[in-house]
Amino acid sequence: METGTSRVKRGMAEMQKGGVIMDVMNAEQAKIAEAAGATAVMALERVPSDIRAAGGVARMADPTIVEEVMKVVSIPVMAKARIGHYVEAKVLESLGVDYIDESEVLTPADDVFHISKSDFTVPFVCGAKDLGEALRRIQEGASMLRTKGEPGTGNIVEAVRHMRLITGQIRKVQNLSKDELYHEAKTLGVPYDLLLGVHETGRLPVVNFAAGGVATPSDAALMMHLGSDGVFVGSGIFKSDSPEKFARAIVEATTHYQDYELIARVSKNLGTPMKGIEISKLDNSQRMQDRGI
Amino acid sequence: MKIGVLALQGAVAEHIRSIELAGGEGVAVKRTEQLAEIGGLIIPGGESTTIGKLMRKYDFMDAIRAFAAAGKPVFGTCAGLIVLAQRLEGGEEPHLGLMDMTVARNAFGRQRESFETDLDVKGIETPLRAVFIRAPLITQVGDRVDVLSVYKDEIVTARQGNLLASSYHPELTDDYRLHGLFLDMAREAAGA
Repeated sequence: METGTSRVKRGMAEMQKGGVIMDVMNAEQAKIAEAAGATAVMALERVPSDIRAAGGVARMADPTIVEEVMKVVSIPVMAKARIGHYVEAKVLESLGVDYIDESEVLTPADDVFHISKSDFTVPFVCGAKDLGEALRRIQEGASMLRTKGEPGTGNIVEAVRHMRLITGQIRKVQNLSKDELYHEAKTLGVPYDLLLGVHETGRLPVVNFAAGGVATPSDAALMMHLGSDGVFVGSGIFKSDSPEKFARAIVEATTHYQDYELIARVSKNLGTPMKGIEISKLDNSQRMQDRGI
Repeated sequence: MKIGVLALQGAVAEHIRSIELAGGEGVAVKRTEQLAEIGGLIIPGGESTTIGKLMRKYDFMDAIRAFAAAGKPVFGTCAGLIVLAQRLEGGEEPHLGLMDMTVARNAFGRQRESFETDLDVKGIETPLRAVFIRAPLITQVGDRVDVLSVYKDEIVTARQGNLLASSYHPELTDDYRLHGLFLDMAREAAGA
């Protein structure tokens, strides 16, 4: 009997496929998310758009919030640790969270190194905006990936950019010859054998979700259309006019992302989505996606 | 033999791959009409609350009950096993309610307690590598249910006529023998 094997950790993410993982800030929101059909919840002190608004240093949530959420739902509970913050991750593991997000949404604790994730029994999800970041995170032990997007903006353009870039780079790697592959590994700054795996299979060895800017059912379906295995929704649900309706509609649109009549139906009378931010209005220092490369 | 995998949420592609390794044809099932085209249905692992909700929303409940009543085989893994059960511990409302068994969800604990192990399964010659992820357990079975394997005295594989259920994920390994057994059930039901 073995716990924490790569099959067990990656397999847990496989079970999330086609699903929607929702950010929640308390037990009440967690129950709404579960009732709407979320496959997991991310327990946070503040959603990304509030983190943006508040400024200052964003850290791991108070364990009370995480435990409160774990108590009220039967679906998996995830929580965020700062990039490179080994101890925050160990604390979350000790609480029994089911997945840790080493997340650029929080202020990085280490500007060079990520957490050595293979040392943990609990699996990790990490953000990536290109194939280099994706494979480096996998080498460190991430069992699941997500696009970084630009969290808390309600603007899908960055998540689209990242997903298109990663899938485009995978197609390119598939067509390289063996000698070109060595050079590409060097250029991307990734281990050769992981790149060889991508070359041979035409896919990443772990599940890759969309995250960072999903605000509507159509946004979720667009990301599935572009090849996402599932969707994280951060501020998009509980910063909208009617969280329950938005949550249910985003779940349905993710399952039936090619059924446009259904997406039209679930999009009716949803009320106002979160306000959103035009990316060019963001100052460079406010771009979360540039953290942890 | 064409086998459908219920594709509302969960590990669909892995089951299709295992069915194809075992010599069948696998298709993703998103609509009830597709049930008419397949000889057996797999309900995959995923989140049972999500899958159950979407099954109700898209009228799969009665459609799958009719499919099973017609003698066509149904195989549930992990969340799929929960969906098949007649009784869920903790007073949760059952989903399809087809198999005469009581199931405890997340019975081994949280993700850090998830594990893999070698498992003896009746009808399969050598042990099968079984991956348990936040897995459920069968805590009680009726007379019509045949127990195919136990792990530490707890039931983790069971069959009731044309219904098959496992707590673990045979689709996450390259060992497709349990899928082979299910394919045989489908061929038998089709009279082939």
